[in-house]
Amino acid sequence: MRQTGKWLGLGYYLLLLLFLQLPILLLIVFSFNDSVLLVFPLKGFTLQWYRELLQATELINAAKNSLIIGVVSSVVATVLGGAAAIAIARYNFPGREFFLNIATLPLVIPYVVLAVALLILFQALKVELNLWTIMIGHTIINMPYVMLIVAARLSGFANNLEEAAMDLGATYWGTLMRVTLPISMPALVAAFLSSFTMSFDEFSLAFFLAGTQNTLPVYLYSQLRFPSRLPLAVTTAAVVIMVSVVILLFSEWLRRLGAGRPKV
Amino acid sequence: MENKRRLFALITPPSVFLLFFFMVPLVIMALYTLKASSFGPLLPFSFTAFENFFSNPSYFVLLLNSSRLALLTAVLSILLAYPVAYYLVFYTGARRVMLLTLLILPAWISYLLRVLAWKVILGSEGLLNQLLIQAGLIQDGAPILLYSQAAVLITLVYVWIPFAALPIFAAMERIDPRLHEAAADLGASPSVTFWRVTFPLTMPGVASAFFFVFIPTLGEWVTPTLVGGVSGIMYGNLIQDQFGRALNWPLGALMSMVLLVLVGVFSYIFNRFIPITEVPVSS
Repeated sequence: MRQTGKWLGLGYYLLLLLFLQLPILLLIVFSFNDSVLLVFPLKGFTLQWYRELLQATELINAAKNSLIIGVVSSVVATVLGGAAAIAIARYNFPGREFFLNIATLPLVIPYVVLAVALLILFQALKVELNLWTIMIGHTIINMPYVMLIVAARLSGFANNLEEAAMDLGATYWGTLMRVTLPISMPALVAAFLSSFTMSFDEFSLAFFLAGTQNTLPVYLYSQLRFPSRLPLAVTTAAVVIMVSVVILLFSEWLRRLGAGRPKV
Repeated sequence: MENKRRLFALITPPSVFLLFFFMVPLVIMALYTLKASSFGPLLPFSFTAFENFFSNPSYFVLLLNSSRLALLTAVLSILLAYPVAYYLVFYTGARRVMLLTLLILPAWISYLLRVLAWKVILGSEGLLNQLLIQAGLIQDGAPILLYSQAAVLITLVYVWIPFAALPIFAAMERIDPRLHEAAADLGASPSVTFWRVTFPLTMPGVASAFFFVFIPTLGEWVTPTLVGGVSGIMYGNLIQDQFGRALNWPLGALMSMVLLVLVGVFSYIFNRFIPITEVPVSS
């Protein structure tokens, strides 16, 4: 009975694994295929698309924009979300529930709604759309994740470490810098990295809030309409996939490191 | 007093940011629904967008269809994810996290790229069509799988399975194995144990999985644009259209508000059962 279950389960696991990974592998395979058409049988091995990728200035520019937006919005989200996390994990204040509700609302709002709301705001304020407008959007969606990750970490530690530091004569801000922040560090790093990946991938907000400068997903989206540009999009996909996997394995490793809390 | 100042210093920056770039935009959007046209002044208020929206049943039909598709997506991804979570938690021992990571790796790869992969698979010259032709099941160039509601559903389920698997896995992992022993000791058969012990205890995970798949899918417009075609468009496409081609921002704002209210109602109901935002205060 248990043995059958085990084999059935393994079979199902492998099937699902195949279903989930095959499309990704397909993109990688086609990135080396010597044809404009994405069909089987494969024509032959080529690095042509990768060479073209290096010369696609628009694409490289878009990737750079994504990188800048990702870093800046994640830093801002980590600072703001981290501060909010310390406040909600360490203080019981009037309006705490209200603040939590508002601050976590971006988790459940469809991005298209947030995107058009910000678009309307910027239009009403006559703010020209540029990389900053995308950064603001990405910061809003990443803040609640940061806040929840960091608050979960902090609530795993009683605040008696902080109290001890202050009893020993540390100032509050000294304690914050030398006790609270180090405690939160694994969560902060994990939150930063997941924010960055989210921002790097995010399409809907970037689509509405991009002015003349594209992010990588917006650029890719614009290319998907032209069949002749598909191989290059697929090759970009292959590169992004490989980079994402490396970044995510690293952040997962960090998260695990942070999850092993010392007993206090 | 001292405490208050510190709290103030911590909470003010995030609050101000949220106020200016989250609350204010939503309020302005709500006001925008009362504008006469995209470019005119706000005053005097006009109910053109409301009349337009509420007199056009096709908007509701699309909203209903999108809700159904989102529901189907959520249910299917949960049904596909549940057994695998069960297998990983109860049959694989220490390697379970590694096996899970392997499974959900695609979730971390750009959304757009995963949709692109399905465009390649489901396309008229795509992999699936070729396979079906070679198997002799269809004639050359027969059913075009791309550009249909089915294509949207398949792609969305593919995209969301990992996100459904994670909370279910987490809920299952928290189940104390002694409960199973106790059930067995008391004479429960494996299926009775499953339905009366395991399943109820995984319900919070299933509920969060449902929520985190259902809500984003409700506002989806990218996947339908890429693989859905005319018959596959969703409510989110309507919104996007008003800000793009149709250039009717007040109507688009109203459509967004309707979606927002709908999501709000769902979130409220959901939150009554599983509070996602609960963080204990330690002091």
